[in-house]
Amino acid sequence: MAATDAYAAPRLTTLIIQRKTLAIGLLILVVIALLAVLAPWVAPHSPSRLSIVNRLQPPGLEWFFGTDEFGRDIFSRTIYAGQLSLLVGAAATVFACVVGITLGIVAGFFRKADAVVSRLVDAMMAFPDILLAIALVAALGPSLATVIVALGIVYAPRLARIVRASTLVIRELPYVEAARALGVPTWRIMTRHVLRNLVSPILVQATFIFAYAMLAEAGLSFLGVGVSPEIPTWGTMIASGRQYVGQADWMTIFPGIAIVLTVLSLQLVGDGLRDLLDPRLRKDL
Amino acid sequence: MTRYVLQRLLGMLSVMFVVVTIVFVIVRVAPGDPAAVMLGPDATPADIEALRGRLGIDQPLVMQYLFFLGQLLRGDLGQSIFLDMPVASALLDRAEPTFFLTLFSILIASAIALPVGILAAYRRGSFFDQSVTTLTMLAASIPSFWLGLILIQVFAVRLGWFPVAGYGGPDASFATRLSHLVLPAFALGVVSSALITRFTRASMLDVLNDDYVRTARSKGMSEFRVVLKHAFKNALIPVLTVLGLTAALLVSGAVVTETVFSLPGVGNLVVSAVLRRDYPVIQGALLVIAAIYVLINFGIDMLYLMIDPRVRY
Repeated sequence: MAATDAYAAPRLTTLIIQRKTLAIGLLILVVIALLAVLAPWVAPHSPSRLSIVNRLQPPGLEWFFGTDEFGRDIFSRTIYAGQLSLLVGAAATVFACVVGITLGIVAGFFRKADAVVSRLVDAMMAFPDILLAIALVAALGPSLATVIVALGIVYAPRLARIVRASTLVIRELPYVEAARALGVPTWRIMTRHVLRNLVSPILVQATFIFAYAMLAEAGLSFLGVGVSPEIPTWGTMIASGRQYVGQADWMTIFPGIAIVLTVLSLQLVGDGLRDLLDPRLRKDL
Repeated sequence: MTRYVLQRLLGMLSVMFVVVTIVFVIVRVAPGDPAAVMLGPDATPADIEALRGRLGIDQPLVMQYLFFLGQLLRGDLGQSIFLDMPVASALLDRAEPTFFLTLFSILIASAIALPVGILAAYRRGSFFDQSVTTLTMLAASIPSFWLGLILIQVFAVRLGWFPVAGYGGPDASFATRLSHLVLPAFALGVVSSALITRFTRASMLDVLNDDYVRTARSKGMSEFRVVLKHAFKNALIPVLTVLGLTAALLVSGAVVTETVFSLPGVGNLVVSAVLRRDYPVIQGALLVIAAIYVLINFGIDMLYLMIDPRVRY
């Protein structure tokens, strides 16, 4: 029995705890996500309650992060803003994954499509991400949905490039050849045999895209070309605090720390996942 | 070698062709009539029709595309609606702050990243190396506009060492204008240094165990010479790539940072163009910035040819 245990694959939780970066990243991310989801119960004040007598109060026991120019509680607003900032980041990542994976796998499988898709991907990557996102939002009209679509389009080529490169390698492997010889249809080979083996690189890249998308969304909101300035996201909060620099620094500091912590946690998770999922780096198998 | 250069040149041109097509499509997918959107609710139908004619959007889409290509081949980026001047002139007028901001940012980023990356690789696994890995990740997580605001709070508002914003006005001396760039360049430089540090470290780790480094050591060469002259010189190629790409990416960082510091650069021009729906400016800026990126990429490829004989296949 003991011998069997020694050869048993380590449990996922053990693998995660063994990787400090992954464990710390996940911990921070879970705390931030929980705060955002449980905002109605965690936030001490309503995020939109105006209280002019309490305007620009510095951080203290009553107002943990201080108040803004309308006397609204910045701690509560930061927690609520997390809902939207995380939602935009996650939705943009899902969009980028769907488009990027489809383009990448098609390019990797069909030579004729490859020429077109690769040129498209190269050209898309010639645009700096935030600039392309600004242009797309300007063209589609600013709204929450267009910000998500724009960021999804901006980051899809990164994924497409990785998926295409991996597909080119996998399609030549003996088991894919065997599947072909057995008459398995191409779409089934693509989804069942190729896509399944791409889960690790996609997962790692998606985590990083999530981080970049959150940074870009904050930039768009800050510039006033993203979601409406009335909607609290960390970017719009920093933008409104900009006029009070030197007078109420807490208005910009705390939403900024929220962005830094979230993006940092995502990068830690991405790095940790890469270590965990890359068999060459995995020492315990 | 000529074949390699021609291949790269052809690749660059085909990417540029797709870039031009993407820009054309982006501006045309805008919902509603762009002329009506640009002129606002007070415009008369005659005004809208006149602007449609001026922009060429009253023609069929294929004709518009051919007209657009022809215009670009003549070096004409179109006319800004709100500034009432050619887009190329508007971009050139705003190029100076953006150019110097990008230049100083890359200098600051390199000054931080190269020594730190080399030392981290040299002392692999040490406390210094681990701290560098953590700090680079932290730096890459900071939005440059937020860091800019923090720098303004500390160094401009509290300490008064640097100007809060602007570019010193039209009559300002070169030194005054440069003093306005210190904080924005630092904000962008620190954030960009993260990627360059990681690349320098990884690239140095690749070469530090190579035979020629061991040979140099066995000849009794000083560690300083071994690391800088033998190892770093060979680690330079990937570092140059990332430096070039960072320079191109900094242009996009400048879009947001220029707004924070109210610098009258290309980034600021683009943001105001988006807010005013000045499509020709958005279109022109996108094209020029993408062209710079493609050209930098091509330049890096050509640089490889010069510094690495192995590329000449």
